[in-house]
Amino acid sequence: MAIVTGKKNRWRVWAAHAFLIALIAITIFPLLAVISISLRPGNFSTGSLIPSEISFEHWKLALGIGYMGADGKWVAPPFPVLLWLWNSIKIASISAILILAISTTAAYAFARLKFRFKAPILNGMLLLQMFPAVLTLVAIYAIFETIGNHIPWLGIESHGGVILAYLGGIATHVWTIKGYFETIPTEIEENAKVDGATHWQAFYRVLLPMAIPILMVVFVLAFIGTIIEYPVASILLREEPNLTLAVGSKYFLQDQKYLWGDFAAAAVLSGLPITLVFLFAQRWIVSGLTAGGVKG
Amino acid sequence: MSTLTTAKPGVSTDWAQLMKWPLTIALGAAMLYLVFNVYAAGQAMWALGLLTLTCAAFYSYLSNIGFAYRYLFPGLAGMAIFVAFPLLYTMQIGFTNYSSSNLLSFERSSRYLLDQSIPDEATTHSYTVHREGDTLRLALSKADGAGALVTDAFASNFDGANPLRATPQVASQSLGTALSMRDIIANRETLQRVKITLPTGETLNYSGLREFARLTPVWKQNADGSITKTESGESFSPNGTTGFFENAKGDKLQPGYTVGVGFANYSRMINDPDFRAPFFAIFIWTVVFAGLTVIFVTAVGVTLAVLLNWEALRFRTVYRTLLFLPYAVPGFISILVFKGLFNQNFGEINAILDALFGVKPAWFADPLRAKVMLLIVNVWLGFPYIMVLCAGLIKSIPADLYEASAIAGASPLTNFFKITLPLIIKPLSPLLVMVFAFNFNNFVLIALLTDGRPDFLNTKIPAGTNDILVSYTYRIAFKDSGQDFGLAAAISTVMFFMVAAMSIWNLRLASKEINRGSGSGK
Repeated sequence: MAIVTGKKNRWRVWAAHAFLIALIAITIFPLLAVISISLRPGNFSTGSLIPSEISFEHWKLALGIGYMGADGKWVAPPFPVLLWLWNSIKIASISAILILAISTTAAYAFARLKFRFKAPILNGMLLLQMFPAVLTLVAIYAIFETIGNHIPWLGIESHGGVILAYLGGIATHVWTIKGYFETIPTEIEENAKVDGATHWQAFYRVLLPMAIPILMVVFVLAFIGTIIEYPVASILLREEPNLTLAVGSKYFLQDQKYLWGDFAAAAVLSGLPITLVFLFAQRWIVSGLTAGGVKG
Repeated sequence: MSTLTTAKPGVSTDWAQLMKWPLTIALGAAMLYLVFNVYAAGQAMWALGLLTLTCAAFYSYLSNIGFAYRYLFPGLAGMAIFVAFPLLYTMQIGFTNYSSSNLLSFERSSRYLLDQSIPDEATTHSYTVHREGDTLRLALSKADGAGALVTDAFASNFDGANPLRATPQVASQSLGTALSMRDIIANRETLQRVKITLPTGETLNYSGLREFARLTPVWKQNADGSITKTESGESFSPNGTTGFFENAKGDKLQPGYTVGVGFANYSRMINDPDFRAPFFAIFIWTVVFAGLTVIFVTAVGVTLAVLLNWEALRFRTVYRTLLFLPYAVPGFISILVFKGLFNQNFGEINAILDALFGVKPAWFADPLRAKVMLLIVNVWLGFPYIMVLCAGLIKSIPADLYEASAIAGASPLTNFFKITLPLIIKPLSPLLVMVFAFNFNNFVLIALLTDGRPDFLNTKIPAGTNDILVSYTYRIAFKDSGQDFGLAAAISTVMFFMVAAMSIWNLRLASKEINRGSGSGK
């Protein structure tokens, strides 16, 4: 902008810097505090942001290693954090792969194939997605109880059941991938078909390799979406060894058993990788935000 | 399927062609077996649904008519089963009394009652268990000491297929030492399967860790569906409105069964004064919570977006990344971090407030402070989203508008209220409706931060002062408020309509935006 800057403007710049720095201090204070708390000895200590005495006791517990307490008693890890992390990663990876597979094929049909009721089906899917799963928890619980009576590895208390429950949330992903497919010219696939390729080959060998960037984005979105999911996992998983991190973490902070320091270490340990993945994928996620996805 | 296999001519194609039909038939047989099992378990509707789904799948993949549906089927099935069906099923549950006291179907509830049995005093024998190598043997004796009996030996993993014969004990026969109570408990599951035939022809069943006895059923079924207590002749008949077996006085037998109750759950929301008061308070708070969140989040987000778009400012990328952080941290972690930070006695926030102002507010015990805390945390979680959205919208405003206003000597505030705000508010409004709808159902925040507590003091069903509708529903269904699935489903159904209304509102705003956009593009 070709605007002449004056003296008045200079103090405005300084004021803006001061305001932003103050706001950033408030914003990142909780994140710095939790790192600091994870390094302080004891579960009830308060102190300065830079701990005066560094102790790795909470980190040991978070990593599943016990330690000898000051009073000579062996302190065992209160919760299997690494097991929960593994459960979360397992469920999120498998769900994300399956979600990616079924949304890619559906998006291909919407972008390239002609069939009846195309627009109503797509609109219906997008409309259905507006109703969050948290409103239908009673039905989801009843459904998986019934499924579990016949196929135990897909019922309540099974990771298979949780993964299955996550496979419904594909409409936004279908929309995203469909949009990307539509930017790829159809001529390339048509040429492949002229050369004798079938529909499936044109899709699998020609279109998909060109769409790898968007597939990676959708994979990351689906992965993050399922790894942070709380309501459905909390009704389907109840027993300690089965829990995901999102469900298990709250047990650190119960009124009768308040493990603030241990929680802090577990939170940093598990939150950091997810945050880094999110920041890494930020560029694409931000462009998808306007499509109406609100993160929980 | 066949399209898959024509890729490479030659061996692999032949092999795949050869395998196609056996695989299809095997899969079909497996699905039919499952359908049959479900049907045999008495769940005819579920079996029908599964059969329909299986047929749809086979039709899509085997016929040429539904070609596009081969690609669509998995996605559509996933949405139908896990999004659409739960919606309808929830509505249906809302019209029943499905709850922890009426959990079973009628058949299973009556089967449970008819299976109940009591030991017959006259045939009660106490027993001891004796080990002989790998086998066990029972020695029975009556309370009066007469007629000691010994059973056949049986293995410790005995399956109970045929009854054991009991014969009078011969004096010379030694049985070895009796097992201790602890060992009997260890073998309890085997003992429960044992049936003993006495020399008189009577059959005895396991009736405890010390006794075997003839078991007589407590209930007898009558032709009209009612059941009669064998002992007293008292009769209980099924009541189709309450879902219990009841006698003439109205005494109920547990467990009850699930029946349709019409609009009873809905009328409770309006007519039951004990329920209505907290329900309406929670509804109001839900709207206030979502509304205030949208207002604060928008205020903070728009301000930051405008500031970060100011080219005179240096380090904008650094600022933007740091301000985006709350959005990147997983919600369940940051909410729990705040739960710890807001702790009254050893939370960092009270430590700072104490040092600065000498106050230590009880964030979790006082209803109003808990609400303030929820809003603070929610604004922290939500503003980066609005900030990023607005940054994009502001970028698309033509720069010459600001140049013109600079020539006119306008202040930054005038610029904001006369140019920026009017131009971004319209594309922003459908997204703000979505933010409202999201927070209307923001279950995770409430569940992890306060769990709705502190509770109202004067309600029959526990209800939290800062519960929102969705967390209250969760509490009614899955926690301490009676596991009343029917009532929870009815409230959920009401919420479906609210969400639908918000979605329509959002779509109307969005389509207006599109029309306006295409109009100005000409």
